[in-house]
Amino acid sequence: MPLDRVWVFAEVLDGQPITPALELLTRARSLGGTVEAVCLSPEAESAAAALGDHGATTVYAGTDPAYADLLLGGPGADALAALAAEHSPDLILFPTTYTSRDVAGRLAAKLDVPVISNGLDVSVDGGISVESSIFGASQNVSTRFEGRGPALALIRPKSFAAEPSGGGAPRIVPVEVPIADQHRSARVVERVIDKATGPKLEEAPIVISGGRGLGDPKNFALLEEFASLVGGAVGASRAVVDAGWVPYAMQVGQTGKTVKPTVYIACGISGAMQHTVGMKGAKNIVAINKDADAPIFKLADLGIVGDALKVVGQVIEELKARQG
Amino acid sequence: MNVVVCVKQVPDPNSVGQLDPSTHNLRRDGVEVVLDPGDEFGIEAGLQLAEAHGGTVTVVTMAPEKGLDAIRKALAMGAAKGVLVSDPSLAGADALTTAKVLAAAIRREGFDLVITATESTDGYTGVVPQALAEYLGVPAVTFAKAIESDGSSLTVRRQTEAGYDNVEAVLPAVVSVTAGVNEPRYPSLRGIMAAKSKPVDRLSVADLGLDGLVPGQAIVSVQPAEQRKAGEVVEDDGTGAHRVVEFLAAKKVI
Repeated sequence: MPLDRVWVFAEVLDGQPITPALELLTRARSLGGTVEAVCLSPEAESAAAALGDHGATTVYAGTDPAYADLLLGGPGADALAALAAEHSPDLILFPTTYTSRDVAGRLAAKLDVPVISNGLDVSVDGGISVESSIFGASQNVSTRFEGRGPALALIRPKSFAAEPSGGGAPRIVPVEVPIADQHRSARVVERVIDKATGPKLEEAPIVISGGRGLGDPKNFALLEEFASLVGGAVGASRAVVDAGWVPYAMQVGQTGKTVKPTVYIACGISGAMQHTVGMKGAKNIVAINKDADAPIFKLADLGIVGDALKVVGQVIEELKARQG
Repeated sequence: MNVVVCVKQVPDPNSVGQLDPSTHNLRRDGVEVVLDPGDEFGIEAGLQLAEAHGGTVTVVTMAPEKGLDAIRKALAMGAAKGVLVSDPSLAGADALTTAKVLAAAIRREGFDLVITATESTDGYTGVVPQALAEYLGVPAVTFAKAIESDGSSLTVRRQTEAGYDNVEAVLPAVVSVTAGVNEPRYPSLRGIMAAKSKPVDRLSVADLGLDGLVPGQAIVSVQPAEQRKAGEVVEDDGTGAHRVVEFLAAKKVI
């Protein structure tokens, strides 16, 4: 089914579109039809160039300063609903981020059309479908939109690589949908950035993650040391994030981040489905766990049955010796 | 503060889920079902707010008859009342239908605050809280990792990709809470006994004045995913660390 028009909802961080939005623009280019972006931020116009570079021919830019200190879910859904009524996109793609989830969920209710979550890809053969995986990525499911559009799909970050299209500067169309008073009853009064040193979790070539098997929150310091020796980043399982050992920003898995490093090293992580969804795309997987029956060993290219703390400690010694 | 907490009964997260091959709905027969572990945090958050500011906690669920067990557990923890929306026509309902049904049931109860988890542990769609807020016409303060209240407004620490936002919201509102936001209490023996005499409303779709709920999506295929092959698994005999370093060197990352 040829599409006439595909939209990507693009959040802005520090004046630039977030990478997952650029990934979706890259994918949207191969679906046929016109590719456009919707961007609601006081910095939408400065973000437009990168959106154009990745294939958006038009950027609908809402620059109301209030977008910076309101939760975007309500006003974002209102703006998209008004724009969709005017321009009739066939499909609106959202990255699976906290804020885009808020916008997509409210928009679905507002338009009374379904939103399909956790997508890994979209296809347009015989109707628009979203491919996703369920039950810890043991099964692939294809879900087709039925009835009227626009089809709304939330696609997990890192499902595609972001590649520039060589397209020129996009046409910028101002969005002038007013922000309703009901959306002003919740305000962001402060934005706090967790300080992280070293490469970002999503970009590091080596990710070293810890779970319950480390025994104690303070043992994460050992993983930090390991990571700093190899230029890696430290991740964590949901169990230890829920237990308050490390911040949520470090969580890898279904409800956390998706990582695809060259090598992923799971230390004291059993390999619950919740976790493996976020790391099974790694090129290579190493697992260290005391329990020989831990499901993580079914995914690992190299599995060490042993005490993760002890093994990591020895790895650090050997790396230091190698580096002289 | 009158709080409504939405809960869901899910197949035991430690079991491997299955879809019915003919309907593509989640198979619930022969599978142990439990109150979604993520929902215990929402119940606890609601109880703490109601205890601090007066008011009651009502739990609402949309489920087959067996969902009563999830309600009973919440009542045993301290909730005052349960609402079970059960209707054969809701089997396999999508996220939007779920939100529509929950919104109708919540509107019937009245609320200052609606609390949900961020997503269920079986379906993981993660859009019900937002859709619910849209239907109720209130803000959705999602992904809360800490909640404080003065009784009429909330201060919420909201998870973001980079850290967190501090959000102030005037009630009424919908808040979705992340796991770990608090330490859920265990039901006491007294709580379990008391739960048996607490009121539970049972409603059908018609009772809520809803009909013609038509899902706008259909699963068209389910295929086993390609699985990674297990590699070499070795017992650590003192050379485990060396094997790891060799592996990293072979993959040219060190």
